[in-house]
Amino acid sequence: MRTSIFVLFALLLFYSVGSLAQSEIPQVTIKTLDGKPFSTSEITNEGKPVILSFWALWCKPCQKELDAFNENYADWQEETGVKIYAISIDDSRSTARVMPMVNGKAWEFEVLLDPNSDFKRAMNVNMIPHTFLLDGEGKIVSQHTAYFEGAEFELYDKVKKIAGIE
Amino acid sequence: MLKIRIMRKLWIVLFLLAFTSLEAQDFLDKAQINGSFQVDGQFYQPDDALGITDSLIGGRKLGLNGFGNITYTLGKFSAGMRYEAFLTPLAGFDPLQEGNGFPYLWASYQTDFVGVTVGNFYEQFGNGLILRSYEEWTLGYDNSINGMRVILRPSAGITIKGVYGTQRYFWQKYENGNRGIVRGLDAEVDLNQTIKGWESAAVRVLVGASGVSKYQKDNDPLYNLPENVGAWAGRVNLSAGKFNFATEYAYKINDPSAINNFIYHEGQAVLSSLSYSQPGLGVVLQLKRVDNFSFKSDRRVNGNAVDINFIPPINRTHSYSLAARYPYATQPNGEMGLQFQLNYKIPKGTALGGKYGTGIAVNFSQVNDIVRNPINDTTLVNTSGTLGYTSDFFKVSDSVFFRDFNIEIEKKINNKWKAVLQYMNLHYDIATIEGHAGEPAVKAHIGVLDLTHKLTSRKSLRMELQGLFTEQDEGDWAAAMLEYAIAPRWFFNVADQYNYGHPDADKRNHYYTVSMGYLKESTRVALTYGRQSEGVVCVGGVCRQVPASSGLTITVSTNF
Repeated sequence: MRTSIFVLFALLLFYSVGSLAQSEIPQVTIKTLDGKPFSTSEITNEGKPVILSFWALWCKPCQKELDAFNENYADWQEETGVKIYAISIDDSRSTARVMPMVNGKAWEFEVLLDPNSDFKRAMNVNMIPHTFLLDGEGKIVSQHTAYFEGAEFELYDKVKKIAGIE
Repeated sequence: MLKIRIMRKLWIVLFLLAFTSLEAQDFLDKAQINGSFQVDGQFYQPDDALGITDSLIGGRKLGLNGFGNITYTLGKFSAGMRYEAFLTPLAGFDPLQEGNGFPYLWASYQTDFVGVTVGNFYEQFGNGLILRSYEEWTLGYDNSINGMRVILRPSAGITIKGVYGTQRYFWQKYENGNRGIVRGLDAEVDLNQTIKGWESAAVRVLVGASGVSKYQKDNDPLYNLPENVGAWAGRVNLSAGKFNFATEYAYKINDPSAINNFIYHEGQAVLSSLSYSQPGLGVVLQLKRVDNFSFKSDRRVNGNAVDINFIPPINRTHSYSLAARYPYATQPNGEMGLQFQLNYKIPKGTALGGKYGTGIAVNFSQVNDIVRNPINDTTLVNTSGTLGYTSDFFKVSDSVFFRDFNIEIEKKINNKWKAVLQYMNLHYDIATIEGHAGEPAVKAHIGVLDLTHKLTSRKSLRMELQGLFTEQDEGDWAAAMLEYAIAPRWFFNVADQYNYGHPDADKRNHYYTVSMGYLKESTRVALTYGRQSEGVVCVGGVCRQVPASSGLTITVSTNF
C-alpha cells in the first residue's frame, strides 16, 4: 500500500505541475513572543513584499543575516514598504530567551515563535537560515538558504523588483 | 494483511473525497504541491591516527541518510508523506535506524473551528513537559505519533487538543502491544480574549492545562507495574508591559522503567522564567526542577527513543565548535538548574558603542543534582521495586552537573570588518552526562574570535580562531578556520582543529577539513573532505550536528 500511496502522490504531482498556482504560505498556528497563538495567515503586508526568515538562537549565521537586515531595515521600509518576519524555531529549551535577545539586539522587525517546528515543516525548511521572499499577494517568489556577507543586497534587489522600483 | 492494506488505501481516498467537495478540475488547478529533499552521504576511510580501521568500518564504507517530503494542499485539505532511507546509516546514528520506507504519512482537514489529522503527526502541549513529539533530522530522532488528532477552537482565545496513537520506534511496526499507547488532552485559554472587560487590560494572561495517559501491558515476571500511567500539567503565562512570566508544573504517577531503575517514585517537573526587556536591553532568569520525569511509551527502552515528553535543558546551545564540544543533556532522573542571560546593545555614538553600537550578551547556567534520602534505614537509595528515595523539593545537592558562564561581544568595526569575541568558563560532569564513570569533571576555559572581512559587496573572508584549555578529558584544543564566500552562490572553507594537549602524545591529532559548496535558491550542494570530531559544526552558513569521522562528506538539499 506504501507503493500505491506513492503512485497516488506521483500522479497528483504529475498532473498538477503544469497548472499549479505559485505557492502561498500554509496556514499554521504558531506563537507570538509572549506566547499567544498566531495564525500564519496573518503574515501579510497590504500588497507590499514580505521577507520571511527562519532562524534560532543557536544559529550564528542566522543572526548575522538578521543583523544585516536590521541595519538596513529602516531604509528598505522607506523605499519599498517591505516587512520582515523572523520565525524562531527555538524549542522550549530556549524560547524564554528569544524575546530578551531580540530586544537586546534592538531588532525592529516582527519575531514569531515556532516551538515545535510546525511552520518550518509546513514550509519544507531543511536547514536554517532559510529565507523566503513573498510578493504583495503572498506568493513565494524566491528563497535561499545560508547567509554570507553581502547576500542581503541580492535579496533586496529582488524586493525592489517586486515593489516596482528598479 | 491484504485487508488492512486495502483499508488503509481507502482512508486516503475517502479523505480526499469526503473533504474536498470540489470539482475535479479544482483538484488539480487549485492544488499546491510542496516538498523537500536531502541526502547526506559519507565515504569512510580508515584513519590510523583516529583509530578508525578497516575492520571497524566493517565494509560499511558508504553511509547514506536521505529523505524526501511531499505535501499536497487543496484549500482546507492537506496530505503529506516522507520517505526515508538510511542505507547504511551515517556513523554516529543508531544502528536501528537502518532501513527504508514511509515513516510519515498523514492527511488533515482544517477550518478556523476544527482541525483533524489522521496518520503521523507532531504535537506539543505547553513546554512539552508531558507531551512532545518532534523530529530532528541531524540527530536521527523522530518520535512522531501515529494516530488521530483533533484541535478545536470553539471561540476566540480557546484551543482544545486531543490526541491518541502509538509512537515511532525506528522501523519497528506497532503490533500486539509491543509498546505503549499514548492518549492526551490539552486546553489553552487566553483570558484577555475570553473574559469580558479584559480585552485591553494591561496584564495579558494565558492559562493551560493538559493530561496524558500511557497504556502498556504489564508482562513483567517480577513486578506488578502500573499499566496506565497518568501525567498532568498546568501552566500560566503572564505579560505586563516589559515583563513576562511563564511557569509550568507537571506531575506523573509512579512509572517504574529501565531509565529510573524500576522504582515506584512519583515524578515532578517545574519550569519557570521571568524576563524583562526593552529595545536595547533584555534580561531573563529561568529555574527548573526535575525529579524522576522520564516518560516513555515503552518502559523497557533505555536509549533516545519513544519519549512521550521533553524536558528542555536550560543552558545556552553554543554554535562555535570548541564551545559546543561539551554540550549538556538533561538528566531526567533528577536535576535542579537555573539560567540567567543579559543582552545589551551599547548605543551608537557612545564611546564604547562607536559608530554602529556594540552588542553584549552575558549568560550563566548551572545544573545540580537533587537530594535523595533513603526511604528507610535498611533500603539503599534507588533500589528497584521500592519507592526509591524521598526528596525535599527545595534542597539542592552539592553535586554540580554543569556550569557555563559566557560573555559574547559583537562589534561592527567599520564597513569592512565585523567581529565576534566570546569567552566561556565551563564545568562539565563528564561521568554523569556522557557516562564516563570515574572520570573527573572537565573544567575548561574557551575563547573564540570570529572575524568577517568584506572584500567587495558580494565577496567576503571569514576567520575563526578558537582555543579550549583544560587539564581533564582530552586536554587542550586549538582551532582555526578560513572561509571565502561569494554571496549568495559559492563558499570555500579550510579548517583545522588540533588536540595539541592530549595527555596521550599519540592522540594529539589534527582534524583538518576542506569544504566547498554551491547554493542556488533553496538548493545546496556541499562537499567536505577530511576529519570531523563530534559536535555542532557550522560550515557554509549552516549549522548541524556531525559525528566523528574521516573521509568525504556530501550533502544535497533542496525544496520546492
